[in-house]
Amino acid sequence: MMIDEEPLEELSEVDGFPGERRRQITNLFMHAVLLLVMIATVAVLAWVLVYVAGQGLKYLGPEFLTQTPPGNPSQPGGGFLNGIIGSLIVTGIATLLSMPVGIAAAIYLVEYGGQLARVTRFLTDILVGVPTIVTGALVYAMWVVFFGFSGIAGGIALGLVMLPLVIRSTEEMLRLVPRELREASFALGATKAGTIMSIVLPTASSGIITGIMLAFARAMGETAPLLLTALGNDLFIELNPTKRMSTLSLQIFGNAITGYKAAQARAWAGALTLVALVLLFTVAARWIASRTSVGGGRVTEPRA
Amino acid sequence: MTAEVQAPPDTSERPSDGEFTDGLFARLMAAAALTVIAVLVATAVFLLIRAWPALSHYGPLSFFHARWAPSEAAATSSTPNPYGILQFIYGTVVTSLVAMVIAVPVAIAVALYITNLSPAVLRRPLSSLVDLLAAIPSVVYGFWGVFALIPALGPIGRGLTSVSGIPVIGWLFQGPFFGYSVFAAGVVLAIMVLPIVTAICREVFDTAPVAEKEGALAFGATKWEMLRLAVLPRSRSGIVGAAILGLGRAFGETIAVTMLIGNNVLTIPHGIMRAGSTMPSVIANEFTEANQPFHLDSLFVVAFGLLLLSLLVNIIGKRIVGRVSEHIA
Repeated sequence: MMIDEEPLEELSEVDGFPGERRRQITNLFMHAVLLLVMIATVAVLAWVLVYVAGQGLKYLGPEFLTQTPPGNPSQPGGGFLNGIIGSLIVTGIATLLSMPVGIAAAIYLVEYGGQLARVTRFLTDILVGVPTIVTGALVYAMWVVFFGFSGIAGGIALGLVMLPLVIRSTEEMLRLVPRELREASFALGATKAGTIMSIVLPTASSGIITGIMLAFARAMGETAPLLLTALGNDLFIELNPTKRMSTLSLQIFGNAITGYKAAQARAWAGALTLVALVLLFTVAARWIASRTSVGGGRVTEPRA
Repeated sequence: MTAEVQAPPDTSERPSDGEFTDGLFARLMAAAALTVIAVLVATAVFLLIRAWPALSHYGPLSFFHARWAPSEAAATSSTPNPYGILQFIYGTVVTSLVAMVIAVPVAIAVALYITNLSPAVLRRPLSSLVDLLAAIPSVVYGFWGVFALIPALGPIGRGLTSVSGIPVIGWLFQGPFFGYSVFAAGVVLAIMVLPIVTAICREVFDTAPVAEKEGALAFGATKWEMLRLAVLPRSRSGIVGAAILGLGRAFGETIAVTMLIGNNVLTIPHGIMRAGSTMPSVIANEFTEANQPFHLDSLFVVAFGLLLLSLLVNIIGKRIVGRVSEHIA
């Protein structure tokens, strides 16, 4: 300490400011710390992606993408085709359910307003925070106890996970539509419903699609609610959504925790496939967002 | 009924038809908005209905102990209650706190760097990269955690367990450390909640007035002093809100935690280096195999408790962040 203070006082006489050198050193030090933390964060992302790619590429191939798992999980070979198909069906059902309701609710929030809209906006933010496994338990209690485990039950659960995300991103996009467009439409004698359907929605459409794609990508990665609803089916390709159904995420989970090397190899290939699909949808959604005039690139926050 | 369908006398070119669809359209949109409220109410009601048999059989207060032993449940006797849930509440809160202790400082640093220090061309790419952390599915984080993170944490974990002499810290880090632990789950949770905490911090830092930042620089402040004097002080409540919302997200995280925490349901683990369990992890592990008396009902008690806990945290976090953004606007 004593040694440090000697040159400092000399310097402060030169520069005319007390403690100038220490301030500069602190500044440089904090710059370095913030930069290092930034680099470390990106490095963690790279670590996860490279590790998953490295493990996944060992087994990912035509066989993995075109076959179902072997009956005995300890056996090598086979693939997750049934899970890939199941993921698309279940997430597709979720999108079909959440998209119309979510867009309509967002229209109500932006175009109509009032007390109900205020309450709904607040509860939408709360709904985003409800744990997805709780959503799974809800669908179990409401649907599975009456109709059994099924792809539809999984779709309902994921639809509920997607709903607040769709509402929030659509709401943000509708708010970016200029007021003048609505006024011009009203001035021409269009009704409120007509204005919304033929002016407001088309103007915001690509932003809305971006939001739905991001919600779709997030739903596709969900596992917890599906454990309680779709349950999984590791044996054969199931196309009937009223039957229990496997998804990519369920198969990764099921195979990863077996302890068999062969099953874990399949799970790594599945993890790489899932990450690739999710990133594909995420990047495509951003690309669409960046090409549009209304709200270009706005839907990027991971408020999921 | 008839009064509603009858169109009012109208002389315009498109009578009644437009008016009618307009009203119907508004009602449809309102119904969609009501769905959100209905979903939340239904969640609470259905979970409570399914939890009720266990709650009324054992009594709500009897769940507050730390031993979960379904195999000891009997259909007839109600004491002692074999379904203690305190260790799950403890595990949920402590894993999430470990995550926030790691994630919040990192998020502040990353958000400060992106908003104020990075070259302008790198701002969007860096934001996108951090956001990508949120796109990776939970099950992938769990799998990666088991095979890549736990081995990497080994030396750190064993190093931490060696500081056994100090009173509180010694208890917190007491060994042995075998990998699967509250600590490992907390580290993965930190990575998973980092994007949302960073995103909110970024938004908060972006609202610091440019005039004040330039003022600080004009008075000769260094960049760091500018951040410390003009950006951080007015961001304090925003950071707290971001941390609480991140905490709410961490509370509900299921699969990655289930794969890493070790799933010890019999007791509250001593410290954070040993195996534990959380409310979501016990539901994920036992739900489809619950075959003991009141087993499934008790899991619904856990789910209902988790719902209440996450609602509480999210409402508080939302209040703080909402107030901040109103204050800014």
